[in-house]
Amino acid sequence: MSSKVKTAEKTSFLSAIIRKQIFIPIAALIILAVFNFIVDPSFFKITLGHNNDGNPIFSGNLISIIDYGSELAILAIGMTLVTASSRGQDISVGAAIAISGSVILRVLCGTNSRPETLQAPIIVAFLVSCLVAMAFGAFNGALVSVFKIQPMVATLILFTAGRSIAAWINNNELPVVNDKTFLSFGTVFPGIPVQTPVFIAIVCFIVIWLVMKFTNLRLYVQSVGINEKTSRLNGLNPALIKFITYVILGLCVAVVGFIKVARIGTINYSVVAKDIEMDAILAVALGGNSLGGGKFNITASVLGAYVIQFLTTTLYKLQVQSDALPAYKAVVVIVLVILSAPIVREKIAAVFRKLRTPEKAGSNT
Amino acid sequence: MQEKSLLEMRGIYKSFPGVKALTNVDFTLRGGEIHALMGENGAGKSTLIKVLTGVHIKDSGDIFIKGQSGPVQIHSPQEAQNLGISTVYQEISLCPNLSVAENIFLGRGKSQFVNWRNMNKKAGELLDSLGIAVKPTQQLASCSIAVQQMVAIARAVDMECSVLILDEPTSSLDESEVAKLFKLMRQLKERGVGIIFVTHFLDQVYEVCDRITVLRDGQLVGEYEIENLPRVQLVSKMLGKELDDMADIKNDAPPYSKENKGYVYEAEGLCSSEGIKPFSFNIRKGEVNGFTGLLGSGRSECVRAIFGADKVTGGRVKVNGKEVRINKPIDAMKNGIAYLPEDRKRDGIVGDLSVKDNIILALQVKKGFFKPFSKAEAVKFAEEYIKLLDIKTASVNTPIKSLSGGNQQKVILGRWLLTNPEYLILDEPTRGIDVGTKVDIQKLVLKLASEGMSITFISSETDEMLRTCSRLLVMRDRKLVGELTGDELTQNTIMNTIAGGDR
Repeated sequence: MSSKVKTAEKTSFLSAIIRKQIFIPIAALIILAVFNFIVDPSFFKITLGHNNDGNPIFSGNLISIIDYGSELAILAIGMTLVTASSRGQDISVGAAIAISGSVILRVLCGTNSRPETLQAPIIVAFLVSCLVAMAFGAFNGALVSVFKIQPMVATLILFTAGRSIAAWINNNELPVVNDKTFLSFGTVFPGIPVQTPVFIAIVCFIVIWLVMKFTNLRLYVQSVGINEKTSRLNGLNPALIKFITYVILGLCVAVVGFIKVARIGTINYSVVAKDIEMDAILAVALGGNSLGGGKFNITASVLGAYVIQFLTTTLYKLQVQSDALPAYKAVVVIVLVILSAPIVREKIAAVFRKLRTPEKAGSNT
Repeated sequence: MQEKSLLEMRGIYKSFPGVKALTNVDFTLRGGEIHALMGENGAGKSTLIKVLTGVHIKDSGDIFIKGQSGPVQIHSPQEAQNLGISTVYQEISLCPNLSVAENIFLGRGKSQFVNWRNMNKKAGELLDSLGIAVKPTQQLASCSIAVQQMVAIARAVDMECSVLILDEPTSSLDESEVAKLFKLMRQLKERGVGIIFVTHFLDQVYEVCDRITVLRDGQLVGEYEIENLPRVQLVSKMLGKELDDMADIKNDAPPYSKENKGYVYEAEGLCSSEGIKPFSFNIRKGEVNGFTGLLGSGRSECVRAIFGADKVTGGRVKVNGKEVRINKPIDAMKNGIAYLPEDRKRDGIVGDLSVKDNIILALQVKKGFFKPFSKAEAVKFAEEYIKLLDIKTASVNTPIKSLSGGNQQKVILGRWLLTNPEYLILDEPTRGIDVGTKVDIQKLVLKLASEGMSITFISSETDEMLRTCSRLLVMRDRKLVGELTGDELTQNTIMNTIAGGDR
């Protein structure tokens, strides 16, 4: 027994790292960083400037990656949970973001599409949009958990209808908010040179970390995602747990919708967060999580989200035309996904082990 | 290579990260013999079979096959099949929605087109020659499990196999079906096919096999002619120690005392959505009782109703004399009831999760969503039960699915013991696991009972029930038909009660 444990420990350190789930997104980040460093070392330059209002603000590629990656990273949290518990993905998050953004505009602007002053406090608008987004999450969750509809089919309904609902909320108008405080949530607060969405994302990470630490969400979600029948016989309610993950994703959607509106004071409901659901799913996959549910690692998903943003920024820097961007992105993604496939990683780990073995033999003699 | 040998494996080594699964194992199969491969769970039987069928690649060692010059390399199941090695697994891997003939010929047609009439005719001839009574055009799903198994064998045989591997083929068959299967095996033996037979049933080994190879802890213990290896010795070779445990257990069984008046659990008119007739049932503190009856008689459904695993549709339940409602598993758990389900893979394990998480799961759920155990606590619990139940695992973080069946069962047993139940229900805890673990579990049941736990024990093996239970409830056609205690607890009375008025 103890000898077995020892052999396990002896397995090469490197191959152990490669088998770690979080290895892939970290490796991808490092590769992207090294690539950019070789192509143009100035990629990493960060400068402190001032924006139009005279507030100090950091700018540079790294800053914009972290800033613009916020939305995707927040969504990745919820998408990871939904994937793990229901063994499927929610493809309606883009449409749901349009809805929650429209709700914020509606509450802030009232019936006037160009209000001089806010019609309601920002916190009220945010809370209302949270409720609405969670209600839509609950709708998806109920379809999946109670009516046992496949997640992709269930969320297809909102995917199709969501953006028209968003349009209807504001009578097809595009209201604009000019309130300084509100816009600070999407850019910077005076005196703080880092963009607010970064802080919002950090708060989200801390909240989910606390939830993971002080509740059994991880164990329950994994258990339900892996074996529903066993989970039930151990006293869990699988339907409820799936439902909860969809509501949590709804909350993430509300936060993202808030950031989206706050960045420019308005949204175009027909294009806002378009295709973001696919990027969110991709972030989960890049994090090495199985899209078939079960075990999950939220940190890896979040890193996966930043990998996607890093990649996008890199391609922009290389002057790739925005039309051609998705094609380039796809190539890199294919490489990453293949590298993260367990079968390939086993092989790589085996190569490292072999490289190590002669070394060991040499040191013994 | 010897003259008579069909297959020789020499000095096979195979290790997985952290575990040496096979160390210098030899195995020889001769033509026209039925060769039992025996060993405890984790002894390396499955690994050896998987090396032979190309599922795993051996680390070193040679495999010789009759008609092939020099050692052969087997890299995939396809290659194994081409070399004449066919396998029939415990779980039937055929397509239930296709006909018998289609299943036999599936994936083997040389041309793009199928001559249906010809195919059915050929299948008919094959089935006739093997004495399998089934029409080629019948849909596979409509055949009994035994017939399906035989169709799988027919498929394997027709692929010109010389080596046939039967991996636990009898575990889901009843006696008459087993007899049919054995007849088929003997026919194949006469044709010169070498059969490797993996099973946990000692009776069956002695009924049908010619030779036995015993493995223990990934090493070869020896190869024996069946006449030279009495049963007791086989068991002791598998366990690696002299064994009179089997005899001990019977003596240990506690006499059922009527003095102990307090019922831990009482049910009246309990019934569930699974169609069992309302039944009444009770159990005292420290009592071991059991439900017996044929497969499908409703014995599992009864305990599932007690635990709330199926939808409870009626009846009154008292725990420690107080009336309670048990509608779902969590209600039962809160009332100190634990249930180890019959189907380990489907209802018991959470495959991808670690041994540790599997052990703490039930207690954690009972404790509540907002009160997770710290990592240290969880590890402590897991290590405690790994030690107590002697679970063989590389570490607490090993996924449970990579453990052998018996060790998985022990993990689930540990999970429920950790909840410190007053009343423990064990539904077929010994199915598909080796003799050593079976003995361990039976001993544990009696020990727990002597410490005051009430236990309901269900097993297909009557002698196991006789050894452990002091009261038996007999089920027939989803109805409770009798209760046996004391002197009535003999094979004969049980059989008669099960058979009932049909005599």
